[in-house]
Amino acid sequence: MQFMLLFSRQGKLRLQKWYVPLSDKERKKISRDLVQTILARKPKMCSFLEWRDLKIVYKRYASLYFCCAVEDQDNELITLEIIHRYVELLDKYFGSVCELDIIFNFEKAYFILDEFLLGGEAQETSKKNVLKAIEQADLLQEEAEGRV
Amino acid sequence: MPAPIRLRELIRTIRTARTQAEEREMIQKECAAIRSSFREEDNTYRCRNVAKLLYMHMLGYPAHFGQLECLKLIASQKFTDKRIGYLGAMLLLDERQDVHLLMTNCIKNDLNHSTQYVQGLALCTLGCMGSSEMCRDLAGEVEKLLKTSNSYLRKKAALCAVHVIRKVPELMEMFLPATKNLLSEKNHGVLHTSVVLLTEMCERSPDMLAHFRKLVPQLVRILKNLIMSGYSPEHDVSGISDPFLQVRILRLLRILGKGDDDSSEAMNDILAQVATNTETSKNVGNAILYETVLTIMDIKSESGLRVLAINILGRFLLNNDKNIRYVALTSLLKTVQTDHNAVQRHRSTIVDCLKDLDVSIKRRAMELSFALVNGNNIRGMMKELLYFLDSCDPEFKADCASGVFLAAEKYAPSKRWHIDTIMRVLTTAGSYVRDDSVPNLIQLITNSVEMHAYTVQRLYKALLDDISQQPLVQVASWCIGEYGDLLLSGQCEEEEPIQVTEDEVLDVLEGLLVSNLSTPVTRGYSLTAIMKLSTRFSSVNRIKKVVSIYGSSIDVELQQRAVEYNALFKKYDHMRPALLERMPIMEKTASNGPTEIVQTNGETEPSVVEPKHPPPVNQPASQGNDLLDLLGGNDVPVIQTTMPTKPASAGGELLDLLGDLSLGGPAPAPAPPAPASQPPFLLDGLSSQPLFNDIAAAGIPPMTAYNKNGLKIDFTFERANPNPNVAVITIHASNSTEADMTDFVFQAAVPKTFQLQLLSPSSNVVPALNQGTVTQVIRVLNQQKQQLRMRIKLTYTHKGSAVQDLAEVNNFPPQSWQ
Repeated sequence: MQFMLLFSRQGKLRLQKWYVPLSDKERKKISRDLVQTILARKPKMCSFLEWRDLKIVYKRYASLYFCCAVEDQDNELITLEIIHRYVELLDKYFGSVCELDIIFNFEKAYFILDEFLLGGEAQETSKKNVLKAIEQADLLQEEAEGRV
Repeated sequence: MPAPIRLRELIRTIRTARTQAEEREMIQKECAAIRSSFREEDNTYRCRNVAKLLYMHMLGYPAHFGQLECLKLIASQKFTDKRIGYLGAMLLLDERQDVHLLMTNCIKNDLNHSTQYVQGLALCTLGCMGSSEMCRDLAGEVEKLLKTSNSYLRKKAALCAVHVIRKVPELMEMFLPATKNLLSEKNHGVLHTSVVLLTEMCERSPDMLAHFRKLVPQLVRILKNLIMSGYSPEHDVSGISDPFLQVRILRLLRILGKGDDDSSEAMNDILAQVATNTETSKNVGNAILYETVLTIMDIKSESGLRVLAINILGRFLLNNDKNIRYVALTSLLKTVQTDHNAVQRHRSTIVDCLKDLDVSIKRRAMELSFALVNGNNIRGMMKELLYFLDSCDPEFKADCASGVFLAAEKYAPSKRWHIDTIMRVLTTAGSYVRDDSVPNLIQLITNSVEMHAYTVQRLYKALLDDISQQPLVQVASWCIGEYGDLLLSGQCEEEEPIQVTEDEVLDVLEGLLVSNLSTPVTRGYSLTAIMKLSTRFSSVNRIKKVVSIYGSSIDVELQQRAVEYNALFKKYDHMRPALLERMPIMEKTASNGPTEIVQTNGETEPSVVEPKHPPPVNQPASQGNDLLDLLGGNDVPVIQTTMPTKPASAGGELLDLLGDLSLGGPAPAPAPPAPASQPPFLLDGLSSQPLFNDIAAAGIPPMTAYNKNGLKIDFTFERANPNPNVAVITIHASNSTEADMTDFVFQAAVPKTFQLQLLSPSSNVVPALNQGTVTQVIRVLNQQKQQLRMRIKLTYTHKGSAVQDLAEVNNFPPQSWQ
């Protein structure tokens, strides 16, 4: 996976994870253009498209679009499953997650993503294990803050 | 100084902003506060401030002044600080900035931290954004962690290693020992990441690939366990156990089995099992089937398995889910070359996909459809593809039109079908076709002799409907110019002949000249067409008028043509019929439709002849020295003469018209000679210029080239200065009969290695009883100093009847060419 973007129906970015080295300016441009392209698509269209020289896989969950750019050899259908797994993780963590949760707790969304994917590939395929790791890390954080 | 506001509060505040300006103001205020806080080196709230900065960065505001602060957070001992610090580094830093290298030491320390979650943070950051330098420095630490028994760290280390290898491929070797028992792990996380690591190594190095082939049985076993094992709540997704791992294993098997018989055989059974047993009601099952199909097609699987795979794809095509259909079309496109017949079976479903609403699916279906066209299904397929061309988005039209031309060229069942198809494309998508389709079509039409009347009639009718599509208009003009007489005579057999008068036809062509829709190129075509009709129609006066009007056109190209045509009417009227005669059949090169058109300059084989621009006059898009090289077929009696393709520039460039001559070989005598040229009118003056310098040429004896039926032609020689390779021959034609020879035209052709130029004759009447001679100058360039040979063709009218004769001249004195 080259990058993952989460954005609202108005095109506001809620999360951006980049697995390839690009400058801030390039990232901004890509985000802007890709978001426009996807928002222009009709609801019945398929979840895959070729954009520039990338394969894009996207899916809309409620008011949020989850969009990934994958490599040529990557399996598009399993990428949809990856997206779905991430949504499930967020859902379990926040309890019926909605866009506001991700807005106000964006750093947590990143932490969860970083326990699920690393360098663009899945590092843990068990939902339980990812959530356990996050829980432990959160505990560690609370202890650290408690001591201060 | 009051404590900086909390992150959530900032977010809440910013979201209350009603305008962009208001938001910007809030952000600026907060940034200023954060900046001063940073300046004070406040440790307590640094974490909070950086978090706020990251939020503002996500909104699109600059946050680079926080980069160093991230590094300070990473260096802190507090877990909270590290968490935000590493996140900040991943968001704000990239490897192009030197500042990121400062992280290296911190990461190194954290990789050896006592808390695994800190180690995890370090591995994650390194594996996500580590630069080559960082990777080089820290590869050793990663390798160490790859061997740990802590599965939480091991899985992260594996993916980190993948990143290191991508950044610094030479380091791949050092991870080899650690891979030894990666696959014996029970932990799925480690298994999954190990398979990813192995895949990366095998993809990059054939040696690694060979080394890891021995893992195939183990991989097959793991996959089998996943399929056969009962329900495992931890890894279950809609009834399938760890689909992520299954897909990755299948992908690795694909790489290992490719081109290797033994490995392919070892995985045959499991692939068949997965292909038949996987539940297809949900996306996750289909994801696995998709990967399986890709693997089956890539390895050396037995034919039964391949058929099974294609059938799965066929079922995918019928699936309601668009994504599945898309994926099926993509896979079929990959396999259509190797398993053509199997894919053909699904042709009708594929063609149906052309009507899908989704752009991505349509494109795939179109590509696949073209790949499936063959001699048997051409009629049916073309119907569908033309229908598609009618209704598709503009972005597809150019590619579709090209595809149609290619397919038609390869598999056309009849010439009429071919022409009809091309016409259909031109009328529906005319503005999208490629430039080279016009000459291609013209050539096709020329070669379909029996279809000329039908073609010109259809094109004429198309012009009446619509003159906006330039390629169509150009082809139509050209045809009307060539075959206008057929149009008038109503000779069409294929369909009801239309009744049309000369004036109507000329109206249409003149209409093109004045229309705003016509491009300059199109105007050129129509003017030339009008001119050609002067020898086919009787309304010569009308044509003369049109031509003279355009003699003062602002468009230089049109003006030049008009001026030349005008001159044809006035001074060179005797040449006009010959010049404007019907085009001969052009031989085709071994091209595949709208691809290469071989440019000839006379140096190529006689059979490879394809002028870039068929009309015998200058096309504005022609290359500088494009030469018309026409070889008549042996049974085509038409005389070809050519107009010069390039006007002489002010520098008095010589026209090199290459007479091509197929001497010996397959051409039986007498083959019609290649045309001699008539120089452009601007070169008229040259014939009297003292180009010929007799000094060096003294001593070459004259010779008689031809003597028959009272017509005698002598050659006298001079050497041109300054080019000693050019022989200048003057012909003297005399007539010993009692009647004049009128309309006398002398033509000559030389072998390929020579170049020939014919200047204008002194007159075209050879007076009777040797009362005078017609002289004409020939210049022959003989760079290779080969023996000069020439074929000549004579035409004249004698005592009311037309006479034509061909002869070979071989008795040139050696001095003329040595």
